[in-house]
Amino acid sequence: MLNPDLVGSTFVGATSTTISAESIAAFAMALGEPDTHIAPPTYAITISLEQSQAVLEGSGLDWSRVVHGDQRFAVNKPLTAGMVITCNSTIESARMVAGNEIVTVRSDLIESGDVAVSSWSTLVFRA
Amino acid sequence: MSNLFAGQLIAPKTYIINRAALVTYANASGDQNPIHQDEEFAKSVGLENVIAHGMYTMGLVGQYISEIAGSSSKVKEFSARFTKPVVVPADTDVELVVSATVVEIVDGCAKLEVSAMCNDVKVLGMTKAVILL
Repeated sequence: MLNPDLVGSTFVGATSTTISAESIAAFAMALGEPDTHIAPPTYAITISLEQSQAVLEGSGLDWSRVVHGDQRFAVNKPLTAGMVITCNSTIESARMVAGNEIVTVRSDLIESGDVAVSSWSTLVFRA
Repeated sequence: MSNLFAGQLIAPKTYIINRAALVTYANASGDQNPIHQDEEFAKSVGLENVIAHGMYTMGLVGQYISEIAGSSSKVKEFSARFTKPVVVPADTDVELVVSATVVEIVDGCAKLEVSAMCNDVKVLGMTKAVILL
């Protein structure tokens, strides 16, 4: 179980990601999106989920038991190739329901000091 | 697209989900969880069969929303709940049928409520988007 003291904590991503044109194109093509130059609305998950995994595994949760419960994105600035992104992840809530632990993480993808995209993932760690 | 109006029903679009598409999405997204590719593994963890990545299904719905908006760059908010897994048996094309209703036009944006169904079962719940007009 997640230490309740961690709710509200923000983990600042140690490394930055430079978004490549190839990664946007591959993601767009996988979704059948003809415009391969602008990141599709769900592209942020390729950055945010990896960091959420690192944070929650580091906090003792078993990633092999995880199921994605819900997902939300808010886009201030669409992601495009060449952007250098750092990701800050905040554990917004954690609760137990019928033995399952339900954790919501907000990941802010930051470019030049501004939040480009926020991604909220609710993750269910099955009992 | 600026000619949207409140109450408008947007024409549905059908997406095909199959095993090859899941491999392509896994490679593009980096999510290589074997439950999305390996039938034996999926069954060993209690699943009926291989299931699609929830984010793949949501991504296809995102493509539909981008198309309504006219560009991915016009999608301001997008959310969904993963209510039922999309089961993808071998050598099968599963149809994902996506449709939307314009709920409201406000502040230069359209609010959409979206439906995503496979075999008449709702696979995403609470699916909403805000797009720039």
